[in-house]
Amino acid sequence: MSSNSFAYNEQSGGGEATELGQEATSTISPSGAFGLFSSDLKKNEDLKQMLESNKDSAKLDAMKRIVGMIAKGKNASELFPAVVKNVASKNIEIKKLVYVYLVRYAEEQQDLALLSISTFQRALKDPNQLIRASALRVLSSIRVPIIVPIMMLAIKEASADLSPYVRKNAAHAIQKLYSLDPEQKEMLIEVIEKLLKDKSTLVAGSVVMAFEEVCPDRIDLIHKNYRKLCNLLVDVEEWGQVVIIHMLTRYARTQFVSPWKEDDGLEDNEKNFYESDDEQKEKTDQRKKPYTMDPDHRLLIRNTKPLLQSRNAAVVMAVAQLYWHISPKSEVGIISKSLVRLLRSNREVQYIVLQNIATMSIQRKGMFEPYLKSFYVRSTDPTMIKTLKLEILTNLANEANISTLLREFQTYVKSQDKQFAAATIQTIGRCATNISEVTDTCLNGLVCLLSNRDEIVVAESVVVIKKLLQMQPAQHGEIIKHMAKLLDSITVPVARASILWLIGENCERVPKIAPDVLRKMAKSFTSEDDLVKLQILNLGAKLYLTNSRQTKLLTQYILNLGKYDQNYDIRDRTRFIRQLIVPNEKSGALSKYAKKIFLAQKPAPLLESPFKDRDHFQLGTLSHTLNTKATGYLELSNWPEVAPDPSVRNVEVIELAKEWTPAGKAKKENPAKKFYSESEEEEDSSDSSSDSESESGSASGEQDEGDSSDDSSEESSSEHGSDSESASEVGDKRTAKRNSKSKGKSDSEDGEKENEKSKTSDSSSADSSSEEESSSDSESESESESESESRKVTKSSMLPVMALFVRERGSKRKSQIILSKLHGSCCGVKFSFYTLCRRST
Amino acid sequence: MIHSLFLINSSGDIFLEKHWKSVVSRSVCDYFFEAQERATEAENVPPVIPTPHHYLLSVYRHKIFFVAVIQTEVPPLFVIEFLHRVVDTFQDYFGVCSEPVIKDNVVVVYEVLEEMLDNGFPLATESNILKELIKPPTILRTVVNTITGSTNVGDQLPTGQLSVVPWRRTGVKYTNNEAYFDVIEEIDAIIDKSGSTITAEIQGVIDACVKLTGMPDLTLSFMNPRLLDDVSFHPCVRFKRWESERILSFIPPDGNFRLLSYHVSAQNLVAIPVYVKHNISFRDSSSLGRFEITVGPKQTMGKTIEGVIVTSQMPKGVLNMSLTPSQGTHTFDPVTKMLSWDVGKINPQKLPSLKGTMSLQAGASKPDENPTINLQFKIQQLAISGLKVNRLDMYGEKYKPFKGIKYMTKAGKFQVRT
Repeated sequence: MSSNSFAYNEQSGGGEATELGQEATSTISPSGAFGLFSSDLKKNEDLKQMLESNKDSAKLDAMKRIVGMIAKGKNASELFPAVVKNVASKNIEIKKLVYVYLVRYAEEQQDLALLSISTFQRALKDPNQLIRASALRVLSSIRVPIIVPIMMLAIKEASADLSPYVRKNAAHAIQKLYSLDPEQKEMLIEVIEKLLKDKSTLVAGSVVMAFEEVCPDRIDLIHKNYRKLCNLLVDVEEWGQVVIIHMLTRYARTQFVSPWKEDDGLEDNEKNFYESDDEQKEKTDQRKKPYTMDPDHRLLIRNTKPLLQSRNAAVVMAVAQLYWHISPKSEVGIISKSLVRLLRSNREVQYIVLQNIATMSIQRKGMFEPYLKSFYVRSTDPTMIKTLKLEILTNLANEANISTLLREFQTYVKSQDKQFAAATIQTIGRCATNISEVTDTCLNGLVCLLSNRDEIVVAESVVVIKKLLQMQPAQHGEIIKHMAKLLDSITVPVARASILWLIGENCERVPKIAPDVLRKMAKSFTSEDDLVKLQILNLGAKLYLTNSRQTKLLTQYILNLGKYDQNYDIRDRTRFIRQLIVPNEKSGALSKYAKKIFLAQKPAPLLESPFKDRDHFQLGTLSHTLNTKATGYLELSNWPEVAPDPSVRNVEVIELAKEWTPAGKAKKENPAKKFYSESEEEEDSSDSSSDSESESGSASGEQDEGDSSDDSSEESSSEHGSDSESASEVGDKRTAKRNSKSKGKSDSEDGEKENEKSKTSDSSSADSSSEEESSSDSESESESESESESRKVTKSSMLPVMALFVRERGSKRKSQIILSKLHGSCCGVKFSFYTLCRRST
Repeated sequence: MIHSLFLINSSGDIFLEKHWKSVVSRSVCDYFFEAQERATEAENVPPVIPTPHHYLLSVYRHKIFFVAVIQTEVPPLFVIEFLHRVVDTFQDYFGVCSEPVIKDNVVVVYEVLEEMLDNGFPLATESNILKELIKPPTILRTVVNTITGSTNVGDQLPTGQLSVVPWRRTGVKYTNNEAYFDVIEEIDAIIDKSGSTITAEIQGVIDACVKLTGMPDLTLSFMNPRLLDDVSFHPCVRFKRWESERILSFIPPDGNFRLLSYHVSAQNLVAIPVYVKHNISFRDSSSLGRFEITVGPKQTMGKTIEGVIVTSQMPKGVLNMSLTPSQGTHTFDPVTKMLSWDVGKINPQKLPSLKGTMSLQAGASKPDENPTINLQFKIQQLAISGLKVNRLDMYGEKYKPFKGIKYMTKAGKFQVRT
């Protein structure tokens, strides 16, 4: 290497291009940009030497400096060969930094990047799941098309890995491979299909993300997993929740019929509806109601509700949009509280949330009315937040609260932030048009503002008054006179133009003033803004038609000025007006109608919310924020007229269930019960055992694909011990459910059971009833008391216990009972028990 | 999802870039700079900026813009929330999050970012897991590292990611087992000219510092849980237990974390603990204006109000102010027109006041609006809503932990219109 470096130095001195090229191809890939870095050469030289050294500390130092260069955006690609050698370093930190480097530059130096591949391939077979995962992560991040087959193979293998963490990384890798080579789509969909069946909460979020990116249209892949996803949702990590909720929203819109038909626009009747919407009633009163919600639809709505309490704003927003788009209108109300809570958050979060609230509040005022005061503007809010809040206040304004609001607006108008003050005036205008009772008050208030010292405020007021007067051309002569006087002082073009237009329109109501205004304007015509000039021409034309005796000469004078104006629009308009109004021999039939043309009734402008048209975008999306379709936006479909077959979501566990239940039927409740209650107490010990799990890796994973199969079996002895004592504790609770339970032989009787249960058990068990669909009976029974975490713990900690049972022959009968309980929760486990049983007997 | 991240300081330099997918040229930030120029103030830069091929989503914190580049549809809050999480993580790691600190620790920053996202999708965002993967730099560790040559990268593997309680590291050991909970309530209020309350609400959080060995399972109950109208939880809290029993049941993360934030129901009238008397007047003719404010305690339940700071953005026409405070110190910045008065404690016997004159621009007309006064204060040992923790129990571990609960009330966005 030293000879190499020598050669570089020489070349940088005065090397010829050809030589340089040769040298480059021999050591560094052709894409290395040489010329640029000749100045850095010396520095890089010593980095290279450090990387070559034997000492880890020197290497580490060099790598840190290189990463520093990458972070600053400097090119460090020519160090590639030196760096890539260290990919197999024993030192973890060096290794990590090499990975960082590799991922950054592999795309540019494809040939050399291949050198590192074998290292990863080896690591993919490592007994430690975390090393396998990280190898897959880096391997899939190297964007080199040649290795696509290798990646594909690695992903396939990893998707069947015993460790859910590795499977999670496989899901991530799917997206990377897809973006590298979209032709692999078909194969990748197969993998996605497989991973969607995964029961681990770790995998769920990532695989749905992959689904959304690779094949969002393959909604059929979701059917079988729908209930499982709904049930897992609460335990998935927060980022995964967002993705899953958005996907399920789309799913629900294609698979269920609209829950809105009945109560469309029935905001007032909300109360009645609430009563009838109560869950039990909905079930029992089935015959009375033409529409009943698909239980799966209800499941989704119910299971997402607790997530409104998430600390993550994105999750809350996701649930909010889900409710908005798929829940019955009467239930949407519960999201408003949570959304208002988000307003306490950072400026950026506020911005997005306020936008969404603005859209919602147009359609459904009632939702946010109780929180009106939360949208009051503070002087410290950034302008964009202020204007959004104003928008919402406008939407919420009604007869009852308008007087309070107007008082509040008065403060805003005085704000030092003039842009905001102007926005407030527009808001007042909109309130005035929407609520007819206050139109006069608003108009008077606006007229007062005309004497404001600030020009922007006055100008905005004029514009708004113009619009208001146009809408109700009653007797407003006074205001128009007042405004005519203002013409002397106002300089803002829009305002001047508005006043002129107003006078022109109402010239017959103010016959004395109008010609005088025209006279003044004729004097200042040349120095006016184009916008104002056009309006002067209009005013002239209108007066000429109505009052030609006084204004004929004035108008002609103005038309002459306009004829030689610099702006062609104005010259054009002048010609047009002259032909139309001044009678001459050439003027055609049109001039007869000049008066009708100029003084026609003009439709009043509609003061509308800028958020009016945003509701066709799904809430909470980027497209909604931008009000344009963003790349990759997936349209929410309309509700289907007739719901597609709901049975596609049934998971075929019924068969398996029957296979196993008879054995344990008699003693069904108690043994299962023990496990759960006991596991709650033992939670900690089993938790800590996850340590040992990771160390032992999944080396011993021959028997099953359960989540943590190799959870230390020593744990089981203690659990076995406490087994009997806890049984009595829970016995009494059990009886309450027994009657309903004994009926429930198979999942097909779900509907009935749900009825029964909702009567007998408290609200929290409502969730559990639906759980049965995808998981076993025992699983759902525990629901009502044991928490989600402990549930998971239980699953994993149960396996060793059972293993123990099986080993001790005496308790064989018992073990069968337990087996029957479990089969539903993880089908894979079943097989492992076959093997275990066989061995033990 | 997230393609790249650029960190931009207030003078418009990109001082760090990180790419999770293929490299996006930094020239994409030009669109951001354009928007920044248009917005005049950093606060007004729109958080979402569309460009022809990308979308730029940014957050502004600690005088740094964190600009994420994305290419396809994604819930904007997803990205924004993540960026905030990044900032929180930096703060957690380095104590402060500022440009020099990030530059000094660029390698750690890079390693952390690498772990937080995989292919633009969040991978590990829990600080407990991250700290296990990459140890935060401390002075001691830096010294040790230079001597022994060991590293900041944890040699353990992130076992937390695999466990069912991903927020807690495993194998935690302490000699003193302690759990502290701070109940902090903030009053957001707008008080109008005459002193009546326009809007007031109480938002609270419970911040916890838990240093307990092993896997403790805690439950926290309140005397009056009905007060809590709307709550949001750390993921460790069990929803169902709260719904049915109004008890917080959780396995805590190790170290500092925010257990819960809540909103006190609107029916309860909020006791406003301070009042501000003000007399600010500009006269049309003269170039002098009068300025006088007094701060006093109102409903404090016998507690002292401390840490009082009064700030006010004066109108542009004010050239300078000559004021004398009865206590504390005050400053007026003639450029930004920001008046700030650090009052300190309020002694009910001798109310603090600030009096004096303002010199106005000669010839300029008098400002339309009197300035709004922003107030900050603290009251120790008081939760203004009356919320009280009933008891804290620990299950699952044998030892007896030391438990502590502290209450505090602060001013949130507390404004007095004049």
